[in-house]
Parts: sequence; C-alpha cells; structure tokens
Amino acid sequence: MSREEEGKLMYGMLFSIKSFVAKISPLDPKDGFLNYKTSKYTLHCLETPSGIKFVMNTDNQAQGVRELLKKIYGEIYVKYVVRNPMCGIGEPITSELFKNKLDTFIKQAPLYTVRAS
Amino acid sequence: MSRQTSRLDAKKVNSELLTLTYGALVSQMLKEIENPDDVNKQLERIGYNMGVRLIEDFLARTTSNRCLEMRETADKIQQAFRLYLNMQPTVTSWSSAGDEFSLVWDQCPLSEWVEMPNNGLKYCALIPGAIRGALQMVQLDVQCWFVQDQLKGDTVTELRVKYIKRLEDAVPAGED
Repeated sequence: MSREEEGKLMYGMLFSIKSFVAKISPLDPKDGFLNYKTSKYTLHCLETPSGIKFVMNTDNQAQGVRELLKKIYGEIYVKYVVRNPMCGIGEPITSELFKNKLDTFIKQAPLYTVRAS
Repeated sequence: MSRQTSRLDAKKVNSELLTLTYGALVSQMLKEIENPDDVNKQLERIGYNMGVRLIEDFLARTTSNRCLEMRETADKIQQAFRLYLNMQPTVTSWSSAGDEFSLVWDQCPLSEWVEMPNNGLKYCALIPGAIRGALQMVQLDVQCWFVQDQLKGDTVTELRVKYIKRLEDAVPAGED
C-alpha cells in the first residue's frame, strides 16, 4: 500500500474513532480520544484545538507519550513549520530542517533512549 | 545550521521595531496601491495569513482547550492581545444573544505616532484579519470590524467581533 493510501486510511480510522468516542461516552469528553492498545503496539493521538493530529505508535510499555507529542507540537512543529514562511499550512511538510529537528528530538526523548540501550 | 539566535524573548523584543515596520509597510502599500479600500483589503489579508500561523503559537504556549462559548473565546482573544501586543483591551457591549462583543482599547502599539489622512484607510486592519484567521483555525467563523477608531478622532478604539457559525470537521470521502 502506498504511503498516501495508508495516510487516508489512518485519517478515516481516527475520524471514526473520534466520532465513536464522542457518541459513546456517558460523560462530556474533555480530551476526546487519547490512545488505543493492541497486543503488539499502542497508538497515541494528540489533537490540537486547531485540528492538527499528532499520531505516534509505540510499544505497549511506553510512558508519557502524550507529553512528548505536546512537546513535538510546541517545540518542533510550531517552531520549524508554523514559523517558517516557506512551509505552507495545510500542505505536506517538505522542510529538511523540520525533519532533522524532529529526528534528533525523538532520539533524545527518554522513551527512545530507554529502548535503545 | 543554528537557529538559536532567532529565539527572541518576548519581553526583550523592541516593540517599536514592530510599530515602525508596520508603519513602513502601510505607507509603502498606500504608495503602490493608492486606493485606501484596497489597502484595507490587503492588510486584512496579511493579517489573516498571520492569524492562521499565530494561533498555533498561541495554542502551544497557552495549552488552551477549544472554546465552547463565545465568552471563553473573548477571554482568549484578550489574553492573546496581552501576549503579543502587550495591550489590555476590555471586553464589553455583549449582544443579548451573546454572539457579539466589542474589544475596546485606548492605546494601540501599532498606531503610535501615526497621523491619519482622512481617506478611509483603516490603519490597523491587520488586527481584525488576524483575529478572523486565528479563529477560523479553531473552527469559528467570525466577522470582525472597527466601530470606533482613535485615529479617526474617537476617544477609544472599538473592535466588534461577531460569531457567524461553527465550522465542521471535513469528513473523509465515503463517510457520512
């Protein structure tokens, strides 16, 4: 399956989960959908009020992924995409700088270093 | 490639630089476009494009949730003015339905040292544009316009914000 197809499927799934969670919850959901877990991996999702979704797959032991995603939003996305006038909003991100910063950031995260050692 | 130098501390940024840059922009546009109405439109558009980006910065800094009510939205806008322009607008004149309010301020950092030609130019047209752009990204469709302007001889500057509708999430193809 192509990356693009996969992206569409992912979006569709998240969209369905989101409306499912909103409808089935007996309480008013404050944060909405947070994550799901299978026997092999966990999918974490962070949606900003502006509708940007950050999704990360990890193993089932990973801790503090939500905080990590928030940091990726505030410290990587906002800094290297939003503040970069060459990056269009609503277009695929092609910035190399963003790619490198994100890569370094994730590799420095405790979650990554614990697994790598 | 070091980008560390571009990390400016909000408190240390000289706000006069912004005021002067903005002034230069407006006067250049007046020279090139001539028709003040078109300048207003362009300024609004620039503001809109800025708002679309600024909202991300604002959300990341303040970790706000989505506003469910216009009163909350008004508070956030007020907060944003404080954060970015160090301005203290007051929120007043709520409509009875609660879908319309005014932001009033008596000193705007953008229009310090400005003398206005009386030709219909809205000097601060960038601001309503930025509000509209930012709110659009959090799925609020609003209208924004100046009711009073100090530069036109009023005692205060009053900006009116009107809620139009809530924008819905785009549905992926094949879903209902």
